[in-house]
Amino acid sequence: MRISSPLPRITHDRQAFALTGLGVLLWVLAFANVQRIAEWLTYDVLGISAETHLGAALSFFLYDVPKIFLLLFGMIFVITTLQTFVQMNKVRELVTKRGEGVGNLIAAGFGALTPFCSCSSVPLFMGFVQAGIPLGITFSFLITSPIMNEVAFAMLWALFGWKVAVVYLISGITLGVIAGIVLGRMNLDRYLVEDVQALRNKPVRQVTTAEERITWRERFGRGLEGARDIIRKVWLYILIGVGIGSLIHGFVPQDALTGIMGAEAAWWSVPLAVVIGIPIYSGEAGAIPVASALLSKGAALGTVLAFMMSVVALSLPEMIILRRVLTPRLLATFVAIVAAGLIFTGYLFNALAPMLM
Amino acid sequence: MLTIKILGSGCANCKRLEQEVRAALENTNIPFEVVKVTDYTDIVAYNVMATPGLVINETLVSAGRIPKRPQIVEWAQQFAAS
Repeated sequence: MRISSPLPRITHDRQAFALTGLGVLLWVLAFANVQRIAEWLTYDVLGISAETHLGAALSFFLYDVPKIFLLLFGMIFVITTLQTFVQMNKVRELVTKRGEGVGNLIAAGFGALTPFCSCSSVPLFMGFVQAGIPLGITFSFLITSPIMNEVAFAMLWALFGWKVAVVYLISGITLGVIAGIVLGRMNLDRYLVEDVQALRNKPVRQVTTAEERITWRERFGRGLEGARDIIRKVWLYILIGVGIGSLIHGFVPQDALTGIMGAEAAWWSVPLAVVIGIPIYSGEAGAIPVASALLSKGAALGTVLAFMMSVVALSLPEMIILRRVLTPRLLATFVAIVAAGLIFTGYLFNALAPMLM
Repeated sequence: MLTIKILGSGCANCKRLEQEVRAALENTNIPFEVVKVTDYTDIVAYNVMATPGLVINETLVSAGRIPKRPQIVEWAQQFAAS
């Protein structure tokens, strides 16, 4: 089916590119000047000294909030625009053709691109099972999806720097691939919920899908819409997270956490952080600012990130969603393997910390 | 009579899609009925891997997003004409 537009496509696309180019320029200008404006507001306009607790907390807040929102907006816009090129059915075909290994990698990479939510994760899981894709590959998707997405990436970049964001992305995908392969080797198909198992034998129904011709204007439009929708969903959590983070930053004494969560702390601080994080739930939007403040008070990078990933990736709401497709036994195996992976990631980041910060 | 199916298990966007469809077609004289498909196995049968999905007369027109109202009207007119 063709989508007709009142204006010739070329005019539309030219305008869209021009406007997007202008937007990018404004974005870069704003991003380059955030810190200057925050310091000017705190120290010069409000006249609060950088030496006081309040000054430290306030400039942290005024600097971080605009920086987070700028990065968030930019990342979501880019990812959502790119997602207009991705067709789920094509991805599924691609994964089906590859076996263990490459298939896991594609699935995990794809999981990093999509946020984990009841809207997509359950139907996608079932769609993969229906296409006869091995369970291990499907799990690779399922593990990476909640750990990594554009919101997490933007916030890590804003608060920990791009190096940490990139290493986090790579370790999230690696975790997804390895845990997926391990789970796949365990032959767990019979522990899927019954009606999901039944999908394996059901032939895929032939459905007609409307052909869609999409213009650049529409792609950029969807990018903007995506950014607006997601920011509308997470802005409050970000403010709360940064608010708590600012208080910790300004009022908790330096090195308060070194003994419990620092690099010199006992070896079991990483597993403990992961275990404590499992029942706690917060989206990455709220968790990352708090994690960043903990870090500034002497906690070790790996321990903080392991805690944060555990809070974000393993949680009660997620298990309720997954319970729809996995039996309790398989769910428990899933949690155990992901937790083990997070502990490993924690140690890895602790070891790499000197190079990253 | 168009049969418009909303695929999704009651997430916020699925409800919004239904509202959008009703609002879009309210002022047209195209007769239609809205059917909600909430069971995941039925949703997956339409080859949909991201909800909400929109199916008009058994043709999947969109998945994983909420189309704009003029777009919905255009689809409805095309299916009503064919």
